[in-house]
Amino acid sequence: MKVFVIGAGISGSLVARELSKYDCEVHVLEKAPDIGWGVTKANSAIVHGGYDDPPQSVRAKFAAKGNRLYDELSKELDFDFERVGSLVVAFKEEDINYLKELKERGKKNGVDDLEILEKSELKKVEPNISDEAIAALYCKSAGITEPWEVAIAAIENAVENGAILHLEEEVLDIQTKNQKVSKVITNKGEYEADVVINAAGLFADEIAKMAGVGDFEIFPRKGEYILLDKKLKGLVNTVVFPTPTKKSKGILVVPTVDGGILLGPNAKDLPKSMKYDLGTTPEGLQEVYEKSKRLIPKVELSYTVKTFAGLRPETKEKDFIISATKVWGFVNVAGIRSPGLTAAPSFAKYVVEDILQDQLKINLSKKKDFNPYRKRITNIRDVSLKEWEELVKKDPKYGRTVCFCNNVSEAEIVEAIRRGARTLDGVKFRTRASFGRCQGGFCSLKIVEIISRELNIPMEEVKLNSKNSWIMDGKVRA
Amino acid sequence: MRREKVDVLIVGGGAAGLAAAISATESGAKTVLLERDRSTGGVLNQCIHNGFGLHVFKEELTGPEFMERLWEELKEDVIRSNFTVLEIKPDTREVITLSEDGIIVFEPKALVMSTGARERPLNSLRIPGSRVAGIYTAGVAQKMVNIYNRLPGKKVLIVGSGDIGLIMARRLKIEGMDVVGVVEIMPEPGGLIRNVVQCLEDFNIPLWLSHTVIEIHGKERLSEVVIAKVDENRKPIAGTEKVIKVDTLVTSVGLIPQNELIENFVEMDPINRGPVVDDYMRTSVEWIFAAGNNVAIHDLVDFVYDEGKIAGMHAARYALGEKLPEVKYEFVRGKNVGVMLPQKFTGTQPFKMYIRPTKSLEKSVLKFSDKIIRKFNWRIRPSEMIDLVVKNFEGFDSKITVEVSNLD
Repeated sequence: MKVFVIGAGISGSLVARELSKYDCEVHVLEKAPDIGWGVTKANSAIVHGGYDDPPQSVRAKFAAKGNRLYDELSKELDFDFERVGSLVVAFKEEDINYLKELKERGKKNGVDDLEILEKSELKKVEPNISDEAIAALYCKSAGITEPWEVAIAAIENAVENGAILHLEEEVLDIQTKNQKVSKVITNKGEYEADVVINAAGLFADEIAKMAGVGDFEIFPRKGEYILLDKKLKGLVNTVVFPTPTKKSKGILVVPTVDGGILLGPNAKDLPKSMKYDLGTTPEGLQEVYEKSKRLIPKVELSYTVKTFAGLRPETKEKDFIISATKVWGFVNVAGIRSPGLTAAPSFAKYVVEDILQDQLKINLSKKKDFNPYRKRITNIRDVSLKEWEELVKKDPKYGRTVCFCNNVSEAEIVEAIRRGARTLDGVKFRTRASFGRCQGGFCSLKIVEIISRELNIPMEEVKLNSKNSWIMDGKVRA
Repeated sequence: MRREKVDVLIVGGGAAGLAAAISATESGAKTVLLERDRSTGGVLNQCIHNGFGLHVFKEELTGPEFMERLWEELKEDVIRSNFTVLEIKPDTREVITLSEDGIIVFEPKALVMSTGARERPLNSLRIPGSRVAGIYTAGVAQKMVNIYNRLPGKKVLIVGSGDIGLIMARRLKIEGMDVVGVVEIMPEPGGLIRNVVQCLEDFNIPLWLSHTVIEIHGKERLSEVVIAKVDENRKPIAGTEKVIKVDTLVTSVGLIPQNELIENFVEMDPINRGPVVDDYMRTSVEWIFAAGNNVAIHDLVDFVYDEGKIAGMHAARYALGEKLPEVKYEFVRGKNVGVMLPQKFTGTQPFKMYIRPTKSLEKSVLKFSDKIIRKFNWRIRPSEMIDLVVKNFEGFDSKITVEVSNLD
């Protein structure tokens, strides 16, 4: 059995990891040079409670379940996950009715840790909340994580268990025979395939068309964000939402797992042709600022570290498309908009256990030697000084700091490269080097130097992320 | 974990730290200087242009030459490179460090913080557009060219007319890049006038004042930026947009003092963005001294050097058991005073004071509580610090209001 997973984002990587529990050949095809660089890289990084999805929706089917899987998953895959709780804040009397509605909906979705806080209780949970806030729906089980880290961890674990990762490999065509998947054609070659899992994010509609089952379209919806410095740690303790509108959950103020504060996203629908448009806009950033200030008046833009935008893959139905198709073996995991990060651990299991095994009657036997554990790259923030001292004794590179803002050592950079990072962003997303307040001012060239040394390539060939994102132009003099 | 007792511990081995090490060792204190980078000198390493040392050595030196003078002046071997300070514990007076020797906890009697500044990244300015390769701070571009021997691109626009931005405009032009121009959001250049003349005018590089970058475009590498003229509130004026095709953007948009290690327990000056200091370069915590660009951003390395010497000497005196005099006077910012140091003084010795006016004035005076201290017959500007020696403290109240105003 040969299974091809298209896309190494959060969906594809967790599906690949589920598949790697079974005896089958798993290939992951990713057109970017690294893991989690599409939709996964830029979102709010929230593990939602799962209360606000319409009870009949596919989203509701997986969100609350996915949330519950995060404790075990974060332990097995060793990524940061904190159940900080979330608040949906009401400003007007009629908002309170909506909170009650949400609470009811939550019950239907199987979320039972919801309570409505009155103003005084709300202030206790979130002291910096606006004085205009009158109540909030509190969901203790909501959490925060780092989506790209989840994807990296899942892929690393899948590869450890035998999956094969193909980076910079773009799917050009999918061939079928007698309404069955037969071949996957990429920019690098042709593969016989039995099953194709389409987890191609923004491009899932195009992949589905290749297989002749393109009956849906993906629209990019842009969300812009402002990231604030760790100095503001404690400004908010929970994920703070306004009362949502029909279009989106609104602009939120969120603590990040490494201590920063994230504001955003706004929501703007883009035409299909703009799936690569990750530019921020003046109006968008202004909107993010104003609306987050309405929730938390102490939000202070002079602490901005950076701004960025992400694209969510939307469909007309605004729901996930997770199902087998009329082409046998071709499975869609598409339209994974919010709460995709939350739901992914749950639908990954569903794809393998329900769709492949039950519906398609594929006989998959469990591996006896599956290792569920993956270790993250060790950083000084994760261990005691004593343990760090031991590491330095073993390898002095642990004693050489490269990124001063986030205290990342040379040993960690080398380890990131060993694990597959080949670009500045690859190192950044694996180690947090140059993620901090100086944004690489002190360390980016040192990292270029280390990548060049470790991969034995000239410094001019080290890229920021993609093929044409060169950093150095050539020698000043010979 | 090893422990090490020292008299004076200096954090940061740039010009201020090296100067502090010189005076602390000369004062007979057992001194250790911690440098987080591979070698000391800080930004001097990459500043291969001249203009350093005119005040201190009465000569025009390059950055590395200036640095060598400091190395020569430093007679004892006190430098430890590749040492990162993880934490300073004010209560127990412990400094926890990380190096290839593992974790070492220093127990100094006095501490000199000379941690310098970092560049403000363009990312923090919230300029709309794509996040692409090809955007560098002036310091990164400088390091790339002068240390790594690599060019950042072919065609460049410089954002911000701070000194390093101006110097990089010249350097990149000399090294063969097409330098399209320098945009400055303020109506006046941000760097020293001598640098505007020597780096831009002499090389025919245009300077667009009251202009800013409003958008950044490119798919993977930068391909163009949009600039526009701004009004007096620094808001872009519609209709003045101009597209500039460049593959590189070099930014010089400000320096930020680095005080993460002490800002939670030392009194900080919100305008300087550094610790409040007295004429002994002592902070609000009596055993902690500070000097250099972490106290406030200075114009010249010479000033930084002077401050380092003062901090090192007094830190040594304190560490060796001398009781330093108490603060008696305090400066309060009045009209048109921005960056200012020291903010307090003891009245026991003459000291140098630095003031950055908040706006340019044609003819003006410096006043201490309404008393004229100095007259300026030239244009003073925010980009150029006023430095003066304060000698006479007679007749002043403990609170002195500092003001720079028009001469009428």
